[in-house]
Amino acid sequence: MNTVDARGLSCPQPVILAQKAIAKGDFPIEVFVDTVTSRENVRRMAEKQGCKVEIVQQGDEFKLVLGR
Amino acid sequence: MLERLTKFFASRWGIILAGAVIGVLGPTLQKLGNPPNMGICVACFERDIAGALGLHRANVVQYIRPEIIGFVLGSTIAALIFREFKARAGSAPIVRFILGVFAMIGALVFLGCPWRANFRLAGGDLTAVPALIGLAIGIAIGVWFLRSGYNLGRSQKTYTAVGWIMPVLMIGLLLLVIFKPVFSEGGPIFFSEKGPGSLHAPLIVSLLIGLIIGFLAQRTRFCTMGAIRDVILIRDFHLISGVFALLVAAFVANLVYGQFKVGYAGQPIAHSNFLWNVLGMVLAGLAYALAGGCPGRQLFLAGEGDGDSAIFVLGMITGAAFSHNFNLVAKTDTVVEGVLKTGGPSPFGMAAVILGLVVCLIIGFTMREKVA
Repeated sequence: MNTVDARGLSCPQPVILAQKAIAKGDFPIEVFVDTVTSRENVRRMAEKQGCKVEIVQQGDEFKLVLGR
Repeated sequence: MLERLTKFFASRWGIILAGAVIGVLGPTLQKLGNPPNMGICVACFERDIAGALGLHRANVVQYIRPEIIGFVLGSTIAALIFREFKARAGSAPIVRFILGVFAMIGALVFLGCPWRANFRLAGGDLTAVPALIGLAIGIAIGVWFLRSGYNLGRSQKTYTAVGWIMPVLMIGLLLLVIFKPVFSEGGPIFFSEKGPGSLHAPLIVSLLIGLIIGFLAQRTRFCTMGAIRDVILIRDFHLISGVFALLVAAFVANLVYGQFKVGYAGQPIAHSNFLWNVLGMVLAGLAYALAGGCPGRQLFLAGEGDGDSAIFVLGMITGAAFSHNFNLVAKTDTVVEGVLKTGGPSPFGMAAVILGLVVCLIIGFTMREKVA
């Protein structure tokens, strides 16, 4: 399991970090973000790269599970 | 219902709608009284606010622009309705302040933010072309830093009241523009009697349009810097489709209103000094990229509780004061007895742009985490 903690990081850091994790290819990848903006940006990028994205709300934060 | 709306606003059509609405409302504000090719300009309007408060004394650019107030409060309303209001702060605030200062200095050497660059182009002002090229160059340099590990660190969740500071400040400004108090003889609040600062749409219209745009932009994350950055960084055309929609809609609206006048020199509140239109926007673009958002986006983020963006906004307002007090602002083209005199920045303005570029490069180089 590959984990990316992008909480508190502003645009576009969460996307950059998630993209790097995808490039490494160690699926599934868990990406933690704390804003809806980051959630949507990471989701859009991951789906474009052909990943399956599952979103889990955790309080006011989000976990995105990226899989192939 | 809210979830479906959120999905729509996050979609390609959502961002295109937001861009098109902004594109129509800009020229509409101009039609209703705002300055030519300046239906909306975040940098210019923040500069006008700085002037109204007496932070600078350029008496032609002083007005508390209700659009800016509307942008912040519209975003706050949207964030509250959709439960996205989240107070956060603490990601290198002093750096964001400095970036805001130099972003404004660069913007005022061109005479506009990226929004106005698009509105100027849509009004036929071809000097916006070198500016947009400069903007893209500045953002590309920023992307290079992002790729090599630049970031300003994490923000922290904080007390809700922290997130409310910017919206409350805006309510304060709204009270000042409604009641127009004079704090001392010959003192603030200043309202221009001539020049661009004296040109404005009715207060209520400006405020309402500001609120609509703030709401839409908060929902769709509309950002003119992010648009170009995402194309360069991740080949993502989502945000830029919104900017294209703005450009096309504003062009059509200008044609309808009879506000389209194509030309290069002598355009309203603009100068045709090629080099400094480019360089001013290179500086501004780099500063926006390093700070993570264009001036508009920083207002919308500040409205949804982001204290770091609020600091950037305050930096821009401070930068505007320095720009006018220190004569860094570009002069517009003028026609004297039929002879065109090309405008541009003073030597001080040129030096400030170079200084700003050096400072931004130092920030970019020194604030990088090791890339694994």
